[in-house]
Amino acid sequence: MADQYLNFATSGLGRSLVKQLGLPAPVTLRRYREGAPLVPGAILVVGSSPLAAELGELLLAWGQEVRTHDAGDSSLGAIVVALDDLESPSGLSAPALTVSPALRKLAPGGRVITIARPASDDDAPAVAAARQGVTGFLRSLAHELRGGATGNGIELAEGIGLEAPSAQGALRFLLSGRSAYVDGQFIRVEGTGGSLPANVDRPLEGKVAVVTGAARGIGAAIAKVLHRDGATVVAVDVPAAGDALAKVANEVGGTTLQLDVTAPDAGAKIIEHATGRHGRLDIVIHNAGITRDKLLVNMDAAKWDSVMAVNLESQLRMNQAFLDAGLPGLRLVSLASTSGIAGNRGQTNYGASKAGVIGMVGASARLFGELGGGINAVAPGFIETEMTAKIPFGTRAAGRLILPSLQQGGLPLDVAEAISFLASDAAGGINGRTLRVCGQSLIGA
Amino acid sequence: MASSPSPRRAVIIGGNRIPFARANGAYIGASNQDMLTAALDGLVARFGLQGERLGAVAAGAVLKHSRDFNLTRESVLGTALDPATPAYDVQMACATGLEAIGSLADKIKLGQIDSAIGGGVDTISDAPIALSDGARAGMLALSRARTLKDRLAAVASLRPRDLAPAAPGTNEPRTGLSMGEHQALTTEKWGITREAQDELAAASHQHLAAAYERGFFDDLVTPYRGLARDNNLRADSTVEKLAKLKPAFGKNLGERATMTAGNSTPLTDGASAVLLGSEEFAAAHSLPVLADFVDYELAAVDFVSGEEGLLMAPAYAVPRLLARNGLTLQDFDFYEIHEAFAGTVLSTLKAWEDPEFCAERLGLDAPLGSIDRSKLNVAGSSLAAGHPFAATGGRIVATLAKLLHEKGSGRSLISVCAAGGQGIVAILEAR
Repeated sequence: MADQYLNFATSGLGRSLVKQLGLPAPVTLRRYREGAPLVPGAILVVGSSPLAAELGELLLAWGQEVRTHDAGDSSLGAIVVALDDLESPSGLSAPALTVSPALRKLAPGGRVITIARPASDDDAPAVAAARQGVTGFLRSLAHELRGGATGNGIELAEGIGLEAPSAQGALRFLLSGRSAYVDGQFIRVEGTGGSLPANVDRPLEGKVAVVTGAARGIGAAIAKVLHRDGATVVAVDVPAAGDALAKVANEVGGTTLQLDVTAPDAGAKIIEHATGRHGRLDIVIHNAGITRDKLLVNMDAAKWDSVMAVNLESQLRMNQAFLDAGLPGLRLVSLASTSGIAGNRGQTNYGASKAGVIGMVGASARLFGELGGGINAVAPGFIETEMTAKIPFGTRAAGRLILPSLQQGGLPLDVAEAISFLASDAAGGINGRTLRVCGQSLIGA
Repeated sequence: MASSPSPRRAVIIGGNRIPFARANGAYIGASNQDMLTAALDGLVARFGLQGERLGAVAAGAVLKHSRDFNLTRESVLGTALDPATPAYDVQMACATGLEAIGSLADKIKLGQIDSAIGGGVDTISDAPIALSDGARAGMLALSRARTLKDRLAAVASLRPRDLAPAAPGTNEPRTGLSMGEHQALTTEKWGITREAQDELAAASHQHLAAAYERGFFDDLVTPYRGLARDNNLRADSTVEKLAKLKPAFGKNLGERATMTAGNSTPLTDGASAVLLGSEEFAAAHSLPVLADFVDYELAAVDFVSGEEGLLMAPAYAVPRLLARNGLTLQDFDFYEIHEAFAGTVLSTLKAWEDPEFCAERLGLDAPLGSIDRSKLNVAGSSLAAGHPFAATGGRIVATLAKLLHEKGSGRSLISVCAAGGQGIVAILEAR
C-alpha cells in the first residue's frame, strides 16, 4: 500500500531525477503530532476588517508569532486572509496582491486560509460576485502551492463572528497538521453552537464514539484517531471481520460490537451497547461501506442493491433509531466520497450511494440540530487502502499523482483527522455539510 | 431459589470462542497457545478488558506439548490483559473447560477473587509427537553419561524401532479401547438405535445452523484464520443422509453396530473462554450479567472392570447435584448434554428413565425420569460444532448462559463426559 513513487521522489537520487524530468514532485505532508507547533513558522494576517484585528489577537492568544504586514526574511507558517468585508470584486485586488509576494516565504507544509462570507442569492449582485470570487481565487491558489502547503477557506454565515467556537475550531483544524490532505476546500460555519476543548490535544475527552466498519482501512484509522483524541471507542463491523475488529479494539482500549449495519435493529443494538457498557453515546461515524464496481451496462441487482443497502440505506435506518431515541447532542459523521461528487466510471451504484449520503446529511442536519447535535459528511478522494490497492496500476498512478494538487494519495489517517474534527464539539456550528479530503483532486475513488 | 447457600454469587458475563475447525484443516499451523490467545483477546475486546488485572485465568488443553507447561499463563501474556493477571493450567480430559470455570466460580463465591476467565483449547492438527520410551531412555542415559564408555553404551542401547515417534492416542490406557469402541458397548447395552442416534445428530446440525442464522453467535464467536463458523457444521444434514454412512465403531458388533462418523464427534481444533465475575465486578464495569453459575459436581465410574460404561459418569453426577440443590431433573429450561457421541446422550437419558439403574446404581427411590427433548441442545452441540476437547466446556457455558438471558428466566443443566470414566455437570440460572 505504500506509495512507492512518493518514497522514490523524496529520496536523494529520486528528487534530482524528478526535478530534471519535470515529473510531479510530491513531498511528505505535514501531519499532526502532539506537541508539534501549530504551523511551521509565523502567521501573516492579511486584511483590514475588524475581524482581521480579532484574528491577530486570537492567534497571539494561541501562542503564535503573528505579523500584520510582510516584514523580515524568516519563513511564514501560514497566511490568513480576512475577506469578510468584501463589498465588490475590486475589494479582492489588494489582499490578493498582498498575499502574492508572501507566498515565496511560505514554508513547506504551510497554510493559506481565507475567511469570508458565503455568497447568497439574497446578496446584492456585486457583493455576491465578490464573495463567490473568493472561492475561485482560493481554489486556484491552492493548485499553485507546492511543498505540501495547502489553501482552504472558512465561510462565516452572516452574523457569525470569530467568537463562534466553530470559527475558531475550523481555523485551528485548517492551520494544523490534522488537515494535511484537505486542500482547496471551504468549511462553512452557520451556527454559534458548540464549544472549544479544554485541551486541544484531547478534544474528544469523555466522549463515547461508535465507528462502523472499524476492522480495517479508514475505519481502523478513525478508531485510532478518535481514541488518540480522547474518546472511548465502540468498534463495529460485520461478524465475519471480528478478528481484525478485536485487534483494533484492543489497540484502542475500546469494545467490539459484531454487527451487520444492514440489520433492522442495528441502530438499537448500537445504542444499547454504547449506553449499557459506556453510559452514553456522543458520536457515531457511519464509515461501513462496500464497492461492487461494474459498468452500468454490466450491472446486476445484487451489486446495485448491496451497495445501496450498506452505504446509504443502513445509515438512514440507524439515524432514524438515533432520532427516535432522542440522544442529546449526538454528532454524526458519514463517509461520502468524491465519487459521489464528481462521479467515477464503473461506480454508478457507489456514486449514487455516496451522493445520497451527501443529500441525507444535508436534510438530516435540522433534525439532529434540534437535539443539540449535528451531522456532516467527509468525502475522501484517493486514499491508500487495501481497497484502492486493487485499482489497476495506471488508474491508481493517475489518482495519486496527476490530478490532486498534493500529487499523492491521502492516508486513512488524513480522513480520520477530518472526521475527528467534525465529530468534536468545536464543530458544533457546522451542520449538514460535506468536507472533501482529497488533496484537491478531481476524480473519485 | 434453588441456589446453594453461598456468601455471594458468581455470574457469567459473556463468552468468546474461535470457530471450531475439523482437524488438519483450517487451523493447521496454529498452536494451542495461538488459539487460546485469540479466544482470550476476542473476549477482552468484547468486554473492554484491556489492561485489566483479573483475579485469575484458568484453562487447559488435553493434548499438550511438554513445552506448554504454562500454556494459560503464556497465552495471557500474549493478550491485552494486564500482565499482572495470574493464570494456571487445568487438565481433566474433556471436563477441563467446565472444571476450570466451576473452580473459578467457587473462588468468586468465596470472595477470593472478583473476576476470572475460564476456558480451554485443543488442537489435533498440532498435536505433540513424542520420542518413544526406548529412545527417551537412551537419550536420558546419554545425557547422564560422564565417560566415553558410558556414552557409547547409551548410544548402543538405542534400537531402530525406538526411532519411531509415539503419537498421542485417545485410547484408554487401561483398556486399550478407543473412546468410540467403549461407547459402542454402552450404546449396545442400552439398546440405542441407529435411527435415534442419527436423529439427534441431524437435530444438532439443524439447531446450530439456525442459531448462526439468527445471529445468536454474533457475540459469542470471533472469526479466526478465515473461518467465521464451525466448519464441521452441515446445515443441510438430514436423517436420510446420515443413514447412508457405514458404522465406524463397534467392530465386534457386526450387523448391530450403529455408531458412524455422522453420529460421533470428529476430531477438532478450537478454543473458548468465558468471563466470570462477582455481581459487584460486573456492575462496576457496566458489564452484562447473563446467568449465575450456581453449582457443579464431578463423578467417576469404574469402567476398567467393565462394570460401567466409560462415558456414563455424568449419569451419576447429576442426581447428586440435583439433591444438593433441591431440584428434579425436570426443573430445567435448557439442557446441554455434550454430544461426544449421539449414543452417549441417549444412553444417559435412558439410564435416568430406567427404574433399575436409578435404584441400583444411583440409589434412588424413583427414576429421575425423562426430560422434555425440545429443551435439549437447542443451539446445537458437539456433533455439529465439533469437539476440541478442553474447549467444549466454555462453548457450552457461554451458549447456555446466553440462552437463559434471552429467555429471561429459568435454569439449565450441563452434562459433560470425559476420558478416564469421569464426568462433570453444572447448573446455571438465568439473570
